[in-house]
Amino acid sequence: MKTRNSTNWLITALITLGSLVILFPLYMTVSIALKNPEEMAQSIFALPTGLHFDNFTRAIEATDFFSAFKNSFVITFFSVSFVLLTNSLVSYAVARNMNHKFFKGLYFYFISAMFIPFQIIMLPVVKLTTDLRMNNIPGLIILYIVYGLAFNIFVYVGYIRSIPLELEEAATVDGATTYGTFWRIIFPLLAPINATVAILSCLSTWNDFMLPLIILSKPESYTLPLVQYVFQGQFSTDYNLAFASYLLALAPMVIVYIFAQKWIINGITQGAVKS
Amino acid sequence: MAKRKAAFYTMTIPALLLFFLFHTFPTLQGIFYSFTNYDGYSDSYDFVGFKNFASLFTDSNVLNAYLFTFKYAIVVTIFINVISLLIALGLNSRIKFRNFFRGIYFLPNVLGVLIVGYIFNYIFANAIPMIGEKLGSEILTMNILGSEKWAWIGIVIVAVWQGIAFNTILYLAGLQTIPRDIYEAADIDGAGPWSTFWSMTFPMLASFFTINMVLAMKNSLMVFDQIVALTGGGPGRSTQSIAMLIYQGGFQGGEFAYQSANAVIYFIVIVIISVVQLNFLQKRELDA
Repeated sequence: MKTRNSTNWLITALITLGSLVILFPLYMTVSIALKNPEEMAQSIFALPTGLHFDNFTRAIEATDFFSAFKNSFVITFFSVSFVLLTNSLVSYAVARNMNHKFFKGLYFYFISAMFIPFQIIMLPVVKLTTDLRMNNIPGLIILYIVYGLAFNIFVYVGYIRSIPLELEEAATVDGATTYGTFWRIIFPLLAPINATVAILSCLSTWNDFMLPLIILSKPESYTLPLVQYVFQGQFSTDYNLAFASYLLALAPMVIVYIFAQKWIINGITQGAVKS
Repeated sequence: MAKRKAAFYTMTIPALLLFFLFHTFPTLQGIFYSFTNYDGYSDSYDFVGFKNFASLFTDSNVLNAYLFTFKYAIVVTIFINVISLLIALGLNSRIKFRNFFRGIYFLPNVLGVLIVGYIFNYIFANAIPMIGEKLGSEILTMNILGSEKWAWIGIVIVAVWQGIAFNTILYLAGLQTIPRDIYEAADIDGAGPWSTFWSMTFPMLASFFTINMVLAMKNSLMVFDQIVALTGGGPGRSTQSIAMLIYQGGFQGGEFAYQSANAVIYFIVIVIISVVQLNFLQKRELDA
């Protein structure tokens, strides 16, 4: 413990070793995606000797990558945007009226849904969305926005209650409506917690497999994870094609992560410490 | 003031109605169907009382799914928490390139579970056996996903590899709330690193420990994506989780009502576990 101010090399070495365990599967993914079958026959671990980008062009064609990417993007973009706009508004009304029976009841009603496993809803909700002709992308977006409430109310209400009432009272005296007060005064103050909610919803929506699997009925509305599942049969022998397709599906989020890494981790850290 | 109250109602009532329609109503429907013999596509069904529930308790597939899911969830929860706490302690100490490593350890959290499962599927089926051949190790040459006895370990490995990312960040957030000077005080008092950890660091992480245990347990009890990508529930039914069984039986097996009853039981089990876990861990937090 005398070395408190100098680098601890033993721990640095252990952390480095551990990070290799994290990186190994990703190294395999990238290198297999770039190889051809002859290189694979020599060694599946070695670096690719040439760059076989034709794996990617084949994968794009086979899985209709751009269509799946567009679907995933549209679903994630609209779900996250509306989650931020609507869930925060509902939470605001609840947070400012926790002394009122109706709103307090509402709070516990929403968060108690976190304990209900999705499997109990899964079978009936497929029937319901089919009957309402919602077994498509807009329907899926609505489900994400509504289901997000259970967790997000919990996060938002805690945060909103820490914002002093005086700010709003001043606005009310000046004649602002309740909605106006929310959008102009409260919503901008929610930026840090909005970031946390946006990051978490974005990751879970983009990577979700089960809800698109049971809700989306038409192949042209399939998302990136769903497409990997559907094409497993064709991938089974052609690993280079399969891994090129996996890499394409993983890449968008990884690229976002590389550029926004600090912001993403801080957003989650802040959310964790505050709630 | 009345206007303000009215605004608060218009802010919440649409959400309440939508939530009821898409969440509460299907839940009630699920419970309703669990007392029928509905197969999911016929026009008619009959009430059968508690027959589905009675059959569940004697169904070896159901029992098998519960045993697998619990075994899996307990092992995954323990490994995720121990490993992520160790990594967080490492990342919080004086190491080089701390932010870089923090970025690497969090990376698996941004990757889709299903696709990670497919990548590991290949590693288990091809890469590890090849290493085993070179090393002359017979255990490694086998594809563990093809073994009824060991396939579940493969799923555990994938879930832990990916699951430690999020918990590490939470533990790290917790560690950063502990002021540095109390370590110096402990240092002066002559406390070793081991006793410093158990008497100071760990108690101060109590609330983070609670969240992480509950999160990891809840996620692993719901395991589905990993199983689709790694084993499909096999070999045999050795890795069929509860979520997988409800999905397969309900959608493909014509067991809508029967699996609804299974889901009701599953719901009760999850509530009991969550309540017990929270009570136990929060009591520990207070004791600490």
